[in-house]
Amino acid sequence: MSHTDRIIPDRLQSPLQKNLKSWETLLLAVAIGIFIANSFASPYFLNAWNLSDATFNFTEKAMIAFAMALLIIAGEIDLSVASIIALASTAMGAVAQFDVSTLTIVLTGLAVGTACGAFNAVLVTVMGLPSIVVTIGTMSLFRGISYIVLGDQAYRGYPRDFAFFGQGYVWWVISFEFVLFLVLAVIYGILLHKTNFGRAVYAIGNNATGALFSGIRVGRVKFILFMLTGLMSGVAAVCLTSRLGSTRPSIGLGMELEVVTMVVLGGVNILGGSGSIPGVVIAAFVMGLVTFGLGLLNVPGIVMSIFIGALLIGVIALPRLWAMWRK
Amino acid sequence: MSILKSREMILTGAIVVLVILIATRFPAFVAPSNLAAVFNDTSPLILLAIGQMIVILTKCIDLSVAANLALTGMVCAMINVAAPGTPVVVILIVAIALGALLGMFNGVLVWKLDIPPIVVTLGTMTIYRGIIFLISDGKWVNSHEMSGAFKAFPRAVLLGLPMLSWIAIILTIVFFVIMTRTTLGRAFYAVGGNPHAAVYTGIDVGKTQFWAFTFSGALAGLVGYLWVSRYAVAYVDIALGFELDVVAACVIGGIAISGGIGSIGGAVLGALFLGVIKNALPVINVSPFWQMAISGSAIIIAIAVNTRAGRTKGRIILKKAEAAQ
Repeated sequence: MSHTDRIIPDRLQSPLQKNLKSWETLLLAVAIGIFIANSFASPYFLNAWNLSDATFNFTEKAMIAFAMALLIIAGEIDLSVASIIALASTAMGAVAQFDVSTLTIVLTGLAVGTACGAFNAVLVTVMGLPSIVVTIGTMSLFRGISYIVLGDQAYRGYPRDFAFFGQGYVWWVISFEFVLFLVLAVIYGILLHKTNFGRAVYAIGNNATGALFSGIRVGRVKFILFMLTGLMSGVAAVCLTSRLGSTRPSIGLGMELEVVTMVVLGGVNILGGSGSIPGVVIAAFVMGLVTFGLGLLNVPGIVMSIFIGALLIGVIALPRLWAMWRK
Repeated sequence: MSILKSREMILTGAIVVLVILIATRFPAFVAPSNLAAVFNDTSPLILLAIGQMIVILTKCIDLSVAANLALTGMVCAMINVAAPGTPVVVILIVAIALGALLGMFNGVLVWKLDIPPIVVTLGTMTIYRGIIFLISDGKWVNSHEMSGAFKAFPRAVLLGLPMLSWIAIILTIVFFVIMTRTTLGRAFYAVGGNPHAAVYTGIDVGKTQFWAFTFSGALAGLVGYLWVSRYAVAYVDIALGFELDVVAACVIGGIAISGGIGSIGGAVLGALFLGVIKNALPVINVSPFWQMAISGSAIIIAIAVNTRAGRTKGRIILKKAEAAQ
């Protein structure tokens, strides 16, 4: 896994040429292609309410994917996100049994998510442990705590207005989750592409030692990124729990895979250093459209997961096969 | 070497203390027959931990072992249903070959396309699970559909121990010899210890990683048959999440996730440590729902201890070098 030397071009490409050749453009073409294919494949596809339902396939995952994209660009990874959802959801369920306000339940979910992220962050940045193993461990630990609390039981009895986060509509067919997804996309887009913090994330991913010597607080930036990923998992937990109306310890099982797939499909380098939020946004639409289209064709969920797994490998393998073939 | 040895001693000590603690309240736990049962129950984990250790030594990770196990197990069960007369030897060969093939698929993607192992095996993990659903149509293969010989093999008692335990013991010895006495075995260490130096000594890093995945796959395939025949059931979700236990066993056994450090003894002891805890939980009246959180905590504590140990070692070397100048 050696890093190849960067080739410095003699002439820079024109902005138009660069944009046309970019990963995001290719992805957008794929998304439009799938959209057209779907509308031919099923007569039920081009319906405002059906399309609105389709957005629920990806909004929760995409919220985590934004924070995960930053984390992966910085050269780390968090495989515990789905387990953070389980623990945050369990905490919300436990609090909801005491007749508290909806606001308290939501804040509990967000706080537990952030705390889990901070726990990962301490292990990785303070103790200097590799993030892959740490988050494999916490993946087991966080969901394990949910199992200890719930066993084979489930939490129900959420207040009526709690349902708004996962089931409410802001205007006509525009759901609250979809609006939240768009707002978060803009926030993370600005954070990564327009702030010093975002530049620091890229710098750390390309050369952590170099970043440290240029005055970037590498540990602190990574700490914040892990906490953001935890917070976003908490947000996703609020939406998912609200949508399902109950909490079981198996909630969101295997979702980390789909989140990582979404990030990688969005053109983020799994080894760190490059990627963009617009790419992740388009990747979210691609995955949502694909799963929704397959669902309309009555393809079972586990077969869709074959597709997701193949997509994850294929997205990285195809450009490399193409490069080998051109040689 | 002394550090490695001492880690294995510490782990052995920890297991002994654990067993004694349980025995003070439940003396029946240390009855030889019960300890043999615990070992037998841990045998699949031992076999998978050996395969995973080889993969981790080469700076890779194999998260697809449990899915590989489930897929191979399902194929074996379906062969048995379709042709009940198939000898167990043929099924064993099919299991090992299919498992190795699935491992090779991971290996080729890592070797030829240079895709990060974690991405490859996260992907194949879901693909293999999905294929089980496709070939079995989501149905279970139950005990009454399997032939007697198919189910009897892992339970067959030889010299007081079941076949499953014997396979774990024999393969532990075989892999100990491979890892310490063959060029391929040393190449696994070299690739993980220092890939650049390994290239200069004429070792093909990618190819060595490919063989590591093949070994891990073959062992997963073998365990696939043993698992299905022992529990006498095959369905899509068998051994779901077991890859985490396997990685946990390796990390507890002192195998460095950054590659190059580890031993067969460590992997086996790591697996036994988890096995004793898993078997002790029902005895000391703790709900099995605790198992997952305990495995997770064990991974985190073990990785913290391992990394600490590695770091002080590095600093001492630097100090010595400084003093020498």
